[in-house]
Amino acid sequence: MNQDGADKSRRRFLTAATGVVGGVGAAFLAVPFLSYWQPSARAQAAGAPVEVDISQLEPGQLVNVKWRGNPVWVFKRSDDNLSDLEKLDGLMRDPESNQPQQPPYAQNKHRSIKPEIMIMVGLCTHLGCSPLFRPDERPPGIERDWHGGFFCPCHGSYFDLAGRVYSGVPAPLNLEVPPYHFIDDNTVLIGEDEGDA
Amino acid sequence: MSETRGSSGGLMGWVDERFPATKMWNEHIGQYYAPKNFNFWYYFGSLALVVLVIQILSGIWLTMNYQPSADRAFESVEYIMRDVDWGWLIRYIHTTGASAFFVVVYLHMARALLYGSYQKPRELLWVFGVLIYLALMAEAFFGYMLPWGQMSFWGAQVIISLFGAIPVIGDQLALWIRGDYVISEITLNRFFALHVIGLPLVIIGLVVAHILALHEVGSNNPDGVEIKKNKDANGNPKDGIPFHPYYTVKDTFGLIVFLIFFSIVLFYMPEFFGLFIEAPNFEPANPQVTPDHIAPVWYFTPHYAMLRAIPDSFGGVVVMGAAVMILFFLPWLDRGRVRSIRYRGLSFKIALMLFFLSFVVLGYLGLQPATGLYTMLARIFTAIYFGFFVFIWVYTYFGLERTKPVPERVTMP
Repeated sequence: MNQDGADKSRRRFLTAATGVVGGVGAAFLAVPFLSYWQPSARAQAAGAPVEVDISQLEPGQLVNVKWRGNPVWVFKRSDDNLSDLEKLDGLMRDPESNQPQQPPYAQNKHRSIKPEIMIMVGLCTHLGCSPLFRPDERPPGIERDWHGGFFCPCHGSYFDLAGRVYSGVPAPLNLEVPPYHFIDDNTVLIGEDEGDA
Repeated sequence: MSETRGSSGGLMGWVDERFPATKMWNEHIGQYYAPKNFNFWYYFGSLALVVLVIQILSGIWLTMNYQPSADRAFESVEYIMRDVDWGWLIRYIHTTGASAFFVVVYLHMARALLYGSYQKPRELLWVFGVLIYLALMAEAFFGYMLPWGQMSFWGAQVIISLFGAIPVIGDQLALWIRGDYVISEITLNRFFALHVIGLPLVIIGLVVAHILALHEVGSNNPDGVEIKKNKDANGNPKDGIPFHPYYTVKDTFGLIVFLIFFSIVLFYMPEFFGLFIEAPNFEPANPQVTPDHIAPVWYFTPHYAMLRAIPDSFGGVVVMGAAVMILFFLPWLDRGRVRSIRYRGLSFKIALMLFFLSFVVLGYLGLQPATGLYTMLARIFTAIYFGFFVFIWVYTYFGLERTKPVPERVTMP
């Protein structure tokens, strides 16, 4: 093709401009393609808070409720359980709950609003297996002080009855405490802080 | 055939004027000159290609009866197994094929390490290969979720949690991957889409690139000698023989032997002692109950053992990811000029054997529960695994290697 007299700089400008405009368009087009993977409206609705009646809960009893498809444990601790927690402080990775694994109102010795009612997400913070409840029996492989707690069979992590993780196990963090609040003395709403709509 | 190869006359002539059929045949098969000294290790490239075809074919057939919904996925797999004519065969071909794919690919990669097939000028060929390996891992992971058994569910839970361990963006990223707050039908559906169409397209594209790169630079061989240096009057390598008929026939023999082993597994031990199909996967997925012992399928156990060896979630993820990613850099870590293990230094031979050993031992440890002794062993062998890459760089960069003289021409046994 005869290139004589062609204005190359004009041509380069047009090529570059087309490239830039097309690139911006492609970048915008990526948004719907990526957002398509986000939880849909239906999935979000299914993740709504759940109400739990705790009037029938006995000390030492654990009920498993489903919130956002995850197991959430509502567990009533006895006075012995609560006094045992302090004895274990030295064995814990994060005894003071400094890591943000709980809402601020649950960052205390017992990791709960009411000392006896423990609420936590029943998924190991290592890789998301559901630990087993071992209120009395000592789980295999632990030689340290044991006053009841949870044992994850997947990779051998241990937690006490406040969901605090023992040091030297694969799980890096205490079990997560979900947002929750008491609607009245016997009803707890899991999945929402007090005052949230 | 010979009269149809020319550019004139006959049906092929007519086609060739419109489509480069003969040209492509000659370039990649008929006149592709491969070294004449290929040995046992050179079966696995073509076998991988055959297994890919087996997986695509059986996969399409499975898709005809599989239902990617949380309520019906498990049931539809059982339906294929029990009620569909020959459904059990198609499914077992696919499950056996998945494991066979990794057997073949691991041996193929071991060959590249033994004979230095990743070294200059085959770096890009190797990089394409590692990309195929990565895509294959993703493909296998997505596929393993589809039967929606207990191990499907909890395996996926563990792997997606790996992304959650990334600081700052982890939780959002895991949520984005799942499309839900927990692994659900939404996750199952997208994994289905990726498994049946997304990744297969990527893998096929990469395989084409891998083969084109191979035929551009030419095959390496057990002596690591560059056969293109010695050409005859016609410009063909003196130590080369046309891929067809020589290697098509050799590979057909290898294929028959492979299919014998494949059939033994397929017909007599399709679960392969719980390694190819794990026992918990005969139970439908239950998000509320974790199986007592979670182990991935055997081909991921080396990486799983490394993950568990590190007493920190994010650290474990980094180490596991690095175990695969470091392979990309191998052509530049190994500064040696001698390719084949036959002529490399003794320390290299020992290091490579230790590397293979570490991979196998880690694979075993990944199947075992993570308790004291096993964790300690996993740490030691993880160190050996990565130690190989450190060693090979130090060894070759500082010229510590004492190699044997490499022959001018390939040697025949």
